[in-house]
Amino acid sequence: MGILEVKDVGKRFGGLQALGDVNLSVKENSVHAIIGPNGAGKSTLLNCLVGKLIPDTGSVMFDGQSVLGRTPYEINQMGISRVFQTPEIFSDLSVMENMMIPCFAKRDGSFRMHAIENMMDEKDIVEKAEAMLVDMNMADKREMHAASMSRGDKRRLEIGMCLAQEPRLLLLDEPTAGMARADTNNTIDLLKQISDERDITIAIIEHDMHVVFSLAQRITVLAQGTPLVEDNPENIKGHPKVREAYLGESA
Amino acid sequence: MLGLNKKDMTLLIAVAVLTMFAPFFLNPFPTDSAMAQFNAGYPDLMQRFVIFGIFAIGFNILFGLTGYLSFGHAAFLGVGSYAAVWIFKLFTYNVVPAILLAVIVAAVFSVLMGYVSLRRSGIYFSILTLAFAQMMFALAYSVLSNPKFNLTNGETGLQVYPNDPQMFHPEGMQDFPHLFGLYMNSTYTMNVGPWAFDFNTGYYLCAVVMLAVFYLAIRIFRSPFGMMLRAIKSNQTRLNYTGLNPRPYTLAAFVISGAYAGLAGGLMAAMDPLAGAERMQWTASGEVVLMTILGGTGTLIGPVLGAGFIKYFENIFSKINDAVLHQWFAFLPDGLEDFVVFIIHPFVGKGWHLTLGILFMLVVIFLPGGLVEGGQRIGKWIKNRGKSEDSDAGPKTEPAE
Ligand SMILES: Nc1ncnc2c1ncn2[C@@H]1O[C@H](COP(=O)(O)OP(=O)(O)O)[C@@H](O)[C@H]1O
Ligand SMILES: [Mg+2]
Repeated sequence: MGILEVKDVGKRFGGLQALGDVNLSVKENSVHAIIGPNGAGKSTLLNCLVGKLIPDTGSVMFDGQSVLGRTPYEINQMGISRVFQTPEIFSDLSVMENMMIPCFAKRDGSFRMHAIENMMDEKDIVEKAEAMLVDMNMADKREMHAASMSRGDKRRLEIGMCLAQEPRLLLLDEPTAGMARADTNNTIDLLKQISDERDITIAIIEHDMHVVFSLAQRITVLAQGTPLVEDNPENIKGHPKVREAYLGESA
Repeated sequence: MLGLNKKDMTLLIAVAVLTMFAPFFLNPFPTDSAMAQFNAGYPDLMQRFVIFGIFAIGFNILFGLTGYLSFGHAAFLGVGSYAAVWIFKLFTYNVVPAILLAVIVAAVFSVLMGYVSLRRSGIYFSILTLAFAQMMFALAYSVLSNPKFNLTNGETGLQVYPNDPQMFHPEGMQDFPHLFGLYMNSTYTMNVGPWAFDFNTGYYLCAVVMLAVFYLAIRIFRSPFGMMLRAIKSNQTRLNYTGLNPRPYTLAAFVISGAYAGLAGGLMAAMDPLAGAERMQWTASGEVVLMTILGGTGTLIGPVLGAGFIKYFENIFSKINDAVLHQWFAFLPDGLEDFVVFIIHPFVGKGWHLTLGILFMLVVIFLPGGLVEGGQRIGKWIKNRGKSEDSDAGPKTEPAE
């Protein structure tokens, strides 16, 4: 049993069958990549996992519990964090505040009325957020306005914010899309380091083969809403069906 | 001190000094001088400055922090006033229970309005609050005022009549709101040469209350809760995917700001034991929006400045009539005098709204951060002039003031 079990998930948008009978099992503490051509349904699948979309059929189990019918914040509190295709951070807040919010969410749950305390007096939160900034190599940007950072730094911050919640499963939707080569390599290194150092499962949607083959232990190829194959990177590289559906086009 | 950092403490002390010595600051001109009509240090107006300051401080906790723009907050102010006057009618002229009930009733109403309206955001939220407030206005103005059940006394407004029960109103006490015997309308006038300064009990009560709730607002701004509210304004998607539920946070902010409005309404009734439906009209809700934006949305002191600014205009500019204008421009040749008066006429007296509108537009376009931004720019300009052209003044993020 994997930590994430997707069974027969189907999703229709009007006349379009975006997902049809997707089965997927993600093993705990592994890095699992989902690849596939544009429009294959990768983002739709991910949205079904985090509560943004509700699949028409099938089930999604995380750690033995169904996530269907729960709101995004409830699913997050179960231990699934998500990194977006374009970084979603609190642009109007400082980098430190960005990092403190997930720490509060981890400690206090989805709502707590702490309206009189000074947030800087929450020593455990401040320490944890500072440590995470150091881990993310951005301690010097502590007081910066999050909006004024480079795209690579925003991505880094977003990943750090997700990690601050100590999730069991980290989902990433094309985390390097639109990034320069250097930023892409930094992100790969960061993700590698994360998966080596932490007890965390990573599921990554990616278009960039370089990223996928540097990171993944397991790869699922999705085409037109259904999984074509699931295998380890070596076998995927040579798989004729994959070449035809995917690599052939992009090469 | 008091759990505030140095900067916030300085601000609180500055506001305390300004409010406590307001009777002096606001009456800078000798009583008989031509400029005396720009004096704002009379009890009635000073009370309004701080009461609307309270209203705007509370409104800013919702609008400034979360970005949810309510067009219905005057309803809570009105509800607070009605609640207070009912205490005067049934029980006592002591303002303490009246103000407490005003806050509680307004908070209860804001739970209802907030619960429904916060299901939507953006313009839909604003429209829902507007609709709610207009319904409450209609209720107060006519529905709840009929011979069988007269809760609001309709057009006339709710007031205290001699045959009201007033169960705990002792014989021999004056028929006016008081704080354990200190009457709200008692004023001591201090004459210093040609100057006169009014010290009014009601004003000082309102000012002390405002300082207390201003302090509370600073604490809220600096709290984890305040940061969550700013996070809601910044990116609700990220908040949701960070395991936080925005709904209870926004509702709490809504209720706090509603309670502030109720407090303002209660104080208003305590200063003058009347409550009318016009207090709840959408124009009154719009006014607090203007105050907040004009002063500086999301800043601590902005709403207070905005409230003072608008109330000053309303009371001082609206009193300038043609006779006054003619007096000012009497030194000009007759024809020219008439012409100048003709040009200025639409902007003063009943036309003060026109001036306010123009000023509002200028502020929004050139100073999006409101009067506070104006102050900061002037401050920076003075600093830079002193330092000549230093290049170390790199862009720095300023936390909310
Ligand atoms: N909310 C939506 N409404 C209608 N169609 C959608 C929606 N989201 C995605 N689709 C469609 O579903 C298909 C799969 O999209 P998506 O999951 O974004 O693909 P991928 O991420 O693999 O590129 C596409 O044809 C897309 O146009
Ligand atoms: Mg996609």
